[in-house]
Amino acid sequence: MSELPSLHVRVWRGTPEAGDYAAYEVPRYESQTVLDVVSWIQQHLDGALAYRYACRVGMCGSCAMTVNGVPRWTCRTHVGKVAEDGNLEIGPLANFPVIRDLAVDMDPFFEKWVKAGGVFHAGATRDDPVAEIDPAAETRQIADAGIECINCAVCYAACDTVAGNPDYLGPAALNRAWTLLNDAKDTGRAAILEAVTGDGGCHSCHTMGSCAAHCPNGLNPLESIAGLKRAAARSFFGKGS
Amino acid sequence: MGEMRLYMAQRLSALVMAPLVLGHVAVMIYAVQGGLSAAEILGRTAGSVGWVLFYGLFALAVAVHAAIGLRTILREWAGLGGLVLNAAALAIFALLLAMGWRAVWAVTFSAGAAAAAAGGGA
Repeated sequence: MSELPSLHVRVWRGTPEAGDYAAYEVPRYESQTVLDVVSWIQQHLDGALAYRYACRVGMCGSCAMTVNGVPRWTCRTHVGKVAEDGNLEIGPLANFPVIRDLAVDMDPFFEKWVKAGGVFHAGATRDDPVAEIDPAAETRQIADAGIECINCAVCYAACDTVAGNPDYLGPAALNRAWTLLNDAKDTGRAAILEAVTGDGGCHSCHTMGSCAAHCPNGLNPLESIAGLKRAAARSFFGKGS
Repeated sequence: MGEMRLYMAQRLSALVMAPLVLGHVAVMIYAVQGGLSAAEILGRTAGSVGWVLFYGLFALAVAVHAAIGLRTILREWAGLGGLVLNAAALAIFALLLAMGWRAVWAVTFSAGAAAAAAGGGA
């Protein structure tokens, strides 16, 4: 059935303390994704392989892994685009504690999302009329540019500042804070600015841009963080918050 | 807000340094035209309130800017944190400021500067 030469795949097995890459031969198919490869290994070669996925169509953000050294969403990454001479090296996302094999502990990522003020600050109740939002408003357009984040954590894994500073909130959390800051319905402006200007906040960003370079959805967390820095500076000089 | 203040202090010190760097480089280029001698430099700086303010402010801005930058590097590359990190940054700030201001004082008010100014000054 498979006429293409098979793939030489190396997959991380174990924990960071006790683990190594294991080699597998996987048949090559047309339009095969990296997630297909991992699933094939689990279904045909090694049922104990631990990994995570859900939607398979780039919406849920749960299947990100390190593929040939680069963080990627594996369900939308075609083997043909990333395999090097038929070789694939698949490991867990960087900058995360590994639970086992390809499954990482996402808790620090989501905890920072909350710590950055990322929970919506409601100012109205269900009894109030629905807020009228002008889609053409500048702040709405800015918010819209950042809200397609699926929390896949590819940016967080790609970020060298996260690697060097474990307290840094990271691109996804700060991008979320930026979208809320520009959301007319959110009433937590002061709380957000307070949250993103603390230890490990937006000022820890070194503007290297790996987040924007690797975001599978084409978002630009770098720009969001720059926006937070500008808003914080204006607030610092007392020109409105 | 500690990190925010440090961030602003580093940006503002950069803002202060930018014109001072240009002034420093411009004077350097001008000064070496006819060869460089200690007497020529000291003749310009000795007793000069203008140059004391210029380089005094320059040294202060450098100390602030560099200490905050090195603090970040020490944190991310050397893994320092908490009190040790802030103590190291403060020590760097104090050292740079002391060295900078000592040099400014030396070319302005010291006996050597006065003698040079009196002897071979312009």
